[in-house]
Amino acid sequence: MLAPAQGSPRLRLRLRMSGAVGLWLVAGLVLVASVAVAITIGPSELTTTDVGRVVWAKLAGGESGLSRIQDGIVWDLRLPRTLLAALCGAGLAVCGVILQSLLRNPLADPFVLGVSSGASTGAVSIVVLGAGAGSIGLTGGAFIGAVGAFALVLLLAHVAGGTTDRVVLAGIAATQLFSALTSFIVFSSADAEQTRGVLFWLLGSLASASWLDVAVCGVLVGAGLVICLLNASVLDAFTFGQDAAASLGVAVTRARVLLLVVTALITAVIVSTSGAIGFVGLVLPHAARALVGVRHRLLLPTAALLGALFLVWVDTAARTVIDPQEMPVGVATALVGVPAFMVILMRKGRRA
Amino acid sequence: MSLTAQGVSWSIDGHRVVDGVGLEVAPGTTMGLLGPNGSGKSSLLRLLAGLRAPAEGSIRLGGDDLADLPRRDIARRLALVEQDVNTDQDPLVREVIDLGRIPHRRRWSGESRSDRAAVLRAAQVTGVTEHLERRYSTLSGGERQRTQIARALAQEPTVLLLDEPTNHLDIRHQLSLLGMVRRAPATVVMALHDLNLALEFCDVVVVLESGRVAAAGPPAEVVDPALIEEVYGVPARVVQDEDGLHVRFLAAGEQSPSPAG
Repeated sequence: MLAPAQGSPRLRLRLRMSGAVGLWLVAGLVLVASVAVAITIGPSELTTTDVGRVVWAKLAGGESGLSRIQDGIVWDLRLPRTLLAALCGAGLAVCGVILQSLLRNPLADPFVLGVSSGASTGAVSIVVLGAGAGSIGLTGGAFIGAVGAFALVLLLAHVAGGTTDRVVLAGIAATQLFSALTSFIVFSSADAEQTRGVLFWLLGSLASASWLDVAVCGVLVGAGLVICLLNASVLDAFTFGQDAAASLGVAVTRARVLLLVVTALITAVIVSTSGAIGFVGLVLPHAARALVGVRHRLLLPTAALLGALFLVWVDTAARTVIDPQEMPVGVATALVGVPAFMVILMRKGRRA
Repeated sequence: MSLTAQGVSWSIDGHRVVDGVGLEVAPGTTMGLLGPNGSGKSSLLRLLAGLRAPAEGSIRLGGDDLADLPRRDIARRLALVEQDVNTDQDPLVREVIDLGRIPHRRRWSGESRSDRAAVLRAAQVTGVTEHLERRYSTLSGGERQRTQIARALAQEPTVLLLDEPTNHLDIRHQLSLLGMVRRAPATVVMALHDLNLALEFCDVVVVLESGRVAAAGPPAEVVDPALIEEVYGVPARVVQDEDGLHVRFLAAGEQSPSPAG
């Protein structure tokens, strides 16, 4: 997962120029294979051939030749879950890249805009205060909360002067506010079972993945990635800050609002379907940068693929390691992510 | 391309940083902006680059009002090298110089052959060719400054603005850098601290004091002891020898002590 050694400058460059496309091809194939293999892991005997048969039967019509339970495990449980993991991983990593570049802050992650804490307040309001029961209500509430929090952050940042550090500060303020609200609602109104459910969701979980989630996330993450790729050179122009970007011909305010809105929407959808999965958006962009450098045309697709691969495997581990229980995937990403982050930091430290 | 400012003013927090400045830079000439710290040199450069909009007055680039030009069109004609820029990312020198090509290509296309050629040319002129594959973070101050100027040259501007380009450089690099800037095929406006360098490398100088133009003209006419004493508050002598004019600052003991500042 982590980058191979930095190597000589020339080697790095060669890897970057011609190798990037090859890298994506390989990573794409590995991703497809990973999805297939990840589905076979867990209770119930399945092989990748079985997975292929089920998918073929569903897509082309006909019978898979497996039991209905096995059919259901593959098609209704594990396939949507694994695909959702890939989409969330890709989306979070891409948002992390955008925010780190745009806000010029290596600590920025998709949740720096207050989106996740807004989502949790929205979700908790639905679950605990009963504004509408069921998972659809929770997802809807989370999305409304996320968008509301982001609107507040933009407003605060605008009032405070509109510079990038104001966006970060406004995001931190909103995060604190909505976390406090969430805690207040949970402590004042929730019973033990609700608290447990909310906590599980807050830590991130892909357990309730449905095909609807996959479709919604797929459309948004896909569209978001395309928009970001079209703005790759705009993101490059921010390397030395917003004045430098402006003097390179970028309409700074417009570009920043567009990219912030895109990342906030992607994050809001991801958080609404699967909770606040931490660390992917913080660590994977750094790993991708260590692999292919800072240019966004290479960096964005690389981060997306790495993020997808990472979350597919971490989620597979999260649902099997302490079987029959499940570990919240956000806990698993942090357990894997923190050591990985340390390695990246130590590399950087040695270099600087 | 000519660059003209007319009655340009700009304030921040009620403080008038640039106050009714007018200037005209003829095509192909090199103008030096002089003046003590806080006299408005950097702010004026940002206004000239179109990064800030003047509260009063107008700035014209060639025949066009800067306020009417799209950012991208400005960036194709005018490049700015700011002071002390930094990044938390870790690009290669080649990638930094290539940033200058952004205004010239479609936003979704990669670098073309002509982009690569422009990057190489700019690197050659600024003498950073051997550093192209190095990381920007490993460069010395002088190498960074030259890389930034290479980036600006890769923009192929007709007007080049520089904010104290000789800052942090030793004397050899100051001289080679200013020689390079002077040879660049562009109209140049640069803020300078060193009066002797201004005498040597500028066709025209504009002296700013508290945001206003205190004097303007050919450096040999403008830079004199009375002006230096008035604007910088330091007694000085301007001496002529076979190499031209030189400013010599007088230590406090050589004349009556001047007020601090």
